[in-house]
Amino acid sequence: MSKLSDVLAAAKAEDRAALIGYLPAGYPSVDGSIAALRAMIEGGVDIVEVGLPYSDPQMDGPVIQKAVQAALDAGVTTLDVLRVVEGAAATGAPTLVMSYWNPIERFGVDRFAAELSAAGGAGTILPDLIPEEADEWIAAADAHGLDRVFLVAQTSTSERIALTTDVCRGFVYAASLMGVTGTREAVSGSAKDLVARTREQTGLPVCVGLGVSNGVQAAEVAAFADGVIVGSAFVRRLIEAPDEAAGLAGVRALAEELAEAVRKGRR
Amino acid sequence: MVGPRGKIGGRFMPEALMAALAELTEAYHKSKNDPEFQAELTHLLRSYANRPSLLSEAHRLSEHAGARILLKREDLNHTGSHKINNVLGQALLTKRMGKRRVIAETGAGQHGVASATAAALFDLECVVYMGEEDTERQALNVARMRMLGAEVVPVAAGSRTLKDAINEAIRDWVTNVEHTNYLFGTAAGPHPFPSMVRDFARIIGVEARAQILELTGALPDAVAACVGGGSNAIGAFHAFVPDEDVRLYGFEAGGSGLETGLHAASITGGALGVLHGARTYILQDEFGQTLPSHSISAGLDYPGVGPEHAYLHDTGRAVYEPVTDAEAMEAFRLLCRTEGIIPAIESAHAVAGALRIAPKLREELGREPVILVNLSGRGDKDMHTAAAYFSDEVALDKHSGTEA
Repeated sequence: MSKLSDVLAAAKAEDRAALIGYLPAGYPSVDGSIAALRAMIEGGVDIVEVGLPYSDPQMDGPVIQKAVQAALDAGVTTLDVLRVVEGAAATGAPTLVMSYWNPIERFGVDRFAAELSAAGGAGTILPDLIPEEADEWIAAADAHGLDRVFLVAQTSTSERIALTTDVCRGFVYAASLMGVTGTREAVSGSAKDLVARTREQTGLPVCVGLGVSNGVQAAEVAAFADGVIVGSAFVRRLIEAPDEAAGLAGVRALAEELAEAVRKGRR
Repeated sequence: MVGPRGKIGGRFMPEALMAALAELTEAYHKSKNDPEFQAELTHLLRSYANRPSLLSEAHRLSEHAGARILLKREDLNHTGSHKINNVLGQALLTKRMGKRRVIAETGAGQHGVASATAAALFDLECVVYMGEEDTERQALNVARMRMLGAEVVPVAAGSRTLKDAINEAIRDWVTNVEHTNYLFGTAAGPHPFPSMVRDFARIIGVEARAQILELTGALPDAVAACVGGGSNAIGAFHAFVPDEDVRLYGFEAGGSGLETGLHAASITGGALGVLHGARTYILQDEFGQTLPSHSISAGLDYPGVGPEHAYLHDTGRAVYEPVTDAEAMEAFRLLCRTEGIIPAIESAHAVAGALRIAPKLREELGREPVILVNLSGRGDKDMHTAAAYFSDEVALDKHSGTEA
């Protein structure tokens, strides 16, 4: 069992969904992002996703794009991302890297896996890597003991869900709605259906992301999913804060609200 | 061959789009083998797009070049470029797939105008994403798209050019895939786009091959085309790929020169990587971040290239060379003055390339070579850029005159 599986299993034992939070590395600064990830964890997030800033983030909406572009403009590189992973993982929370594929390929697939593992990272979520293209990554992740989370979507057929869950390790990321990252007023009703369809194919935990931004939505999702993934809402707390301290307080407060919500979901 | 070739090509896209890509692949394969679809497309190309396009003998340019230069006149197509071929094919597919909305990205606006045109013809809702910088340098085409009923969305993210317009179009597609088809403008992107766009553009080379055989009794010694994403070039090359004696030359946007870093030459100045859904040659830094591209031509200003070109390069079947902004603009003026044809600045890169390879080929063959140049589009949209470029040059001439 990996650290990631342990944390998900512990949440399950408490009869609640796990809370997973995303923030990009390097925003508002490299150290600032470590502090923000720690605030998130202190606020009650179980698992963190560290975003690797990329020039062409096709799955991301305007909020995350803005933060990521600022990080790139400040010169943040993959090496900084690994340092952020180290800073977050030192808390003991399982730390995943969320990245588009090209930066990893360019860094060196095996080198990235080795350095992520050395930094204490638990694994990766790679939104533009589908199982058919993932042989090299699967081998490298295996060699370095990393979990690998792939995505399923509402449009995925049962065949594709099976293909995807076969190569997942840790959990399965269910993209709850058709669209890019960002907060929504309502969580899509078909997320529940996607989780059910995914569970038909795998015993792995199924965590739901895209569009969850507040406690009400988190509780709603926690009622049927093994984990609730929140990204843009955290990033927005940092972007809209007047200063770094206020940003950290905002992140911590949101984590507390969401952590309480995932515990209410099944009551 | 269809689909990815070894490590080149592939599908690096969100899972949410896999169903749409599968649906599109199926529709494209069906249409390829459906005589009714092909007949409908051929009819459209003839009765609407003005095909076959002419093959013009460029007498005065030939004298200049020391080679017999034949121009494939894609500039005479409806909407003024080769883009209409691809778009009519994809719009017809959209109808068959029962979708009612199309999205497109555009750099110079040629593909946007073609998409808006086809959408009007087929009664489809049309949204065109265009980098903010491009909407400024191609204002005329923005006006044309809007006149045709399309919504033009300026994209302010990233480098504010074609690359970012593609990202935004992909985001739209992920969100609206149920009723929306993505009319991809070039032979890049995830499978099946590179093969599909190639197949809709291949009529350029098929026609040119027949026309040149009829005119000269032989195949050309070389085919020259400009390469950004590479749709006109793959269209011109494809029918000649099996003709081993025909040399294929792709001319990339060398911008201010490869050594300056300000260029859009993905093959000659880039490295293999993944961008916009495919593994191909891209401009990137040591951490895999896409580098900004630069070209005087908005249509070539793209940091990637279609995977089929990456494959032709890797196998040595085609040769790719950069042509600088200055060389392209010199050729632009030359074609205007010798043939009375104002080319797109994209196409001027191919003309410049032909002028460069002519003496080499003459020496190698021991006779006057015959070069087919794909004139992919007309230059109306570029008049503003050209006028500014040449007036700057005049100003510089004057300046250096006073210095001397």
